[in-house]
Amino acid sequence: MDMNFKKNGEEMTVELGGRLDTTTAPDLETKLGAEISGVTNLIFDLEKLEYISSAGLRVLLSAQKIMNRAGNMTVRNANESIREIFDVTGFVEILNIE
Amino acid sequence: MKEITLDAKKEKLGEVLDFIGSELDRISCPMKTRIQIEVAVEEIFINIATYAYPPESGKVTVKLDLEEDSTMCLTISFEDSGVPYDPLAKEDPDITLSAEERPIGGLGIFMVKKSMDDMDYEFRDGRNILTIRKYIGQK
Repeated sequence: MDMNFKKNGEEMTVELGGRLDTTTAPDLETKLGAEISGVTNLIFDLEKLEYISSAGLRVLLSAQKIMNRAGNMTVRNANESIREIFDVTGFVEILNIE
Repeated sequence: MKEITLDAKKEKLGEVLDFIGSELDRISCPMKTRIQIEVAVEEIFINIATYAYPPESGKVTVKLDLEEDSTMCLTISFEDSGVPYDPLAKEDPDITLSAEERPIGGLGIFMVKKSMDDMDYEFRDGRNILTIRKYIGQK
C-alpha cells in the first residue's frame, strides 16, 4: 500500500493507494498514531485506493473517533467499489464523504 | 474443482488471494465483483486464522468451483478442523449507530453476507465448512 502524509499547519492530508487490508492496515494505524497529534483537520484522499476490507474500515473508524474530539475528518475521491462498501456497512452515515 | 491447503495463518492470505485471483483473471471477472470476492475471502480466511486453532496451529483447505455457463457461478468453500464456529449465527452489527457507539470490529462477516449471493455453514465430520457463492454472470 502507498501512504503519503502531507501536513500543513493543523491540517493533514493522507493519500492512500493500493490495498488497505489486514496486512497493511496496522502500518497505517501506526503511522497515523504518530502523526495525528495536533491535527484539527484530517483529510483522507482515496483516489488511488483500490481495495478496503474491514481491517481498513477499523482504522478509518478509530481516526473518526479521534477527530470527533479534535476537529474534522473528511474522506474524498473514493472509487465506486469502495463507496459501495461504505454504503453497505453504514459508514456513509458516520464518515464525512465528499 | 480446484483446491489448496495451507497453514491457517494470517501471513498466508496472499497465497489464498493468488489462488482465487488466477481463476478470476482467467475469466476476466469485472473489477467491482472481484473486489467483493477478495474482501469476502480475506474476511473469512482471517477469521479462521484468528479463531480456529490458536494458540495451536492447523490447516485450512480452500476449494473453488466455477460453473462455466451464463451464470458463471463461483463457489468457494473454506474447511478447517478447528473449534466449531458458525459465523452466520452471530447477530449482524447495528449499522445505524454513530461513530462513538460503533464497536471497532464485527463488520467482516457482515460485509461478506451483503456482497455474496449465498453463504452457508455446516459442521460435518469434525470440520467447519463455510461456503460462499457469487454469480459473476447472469443469475
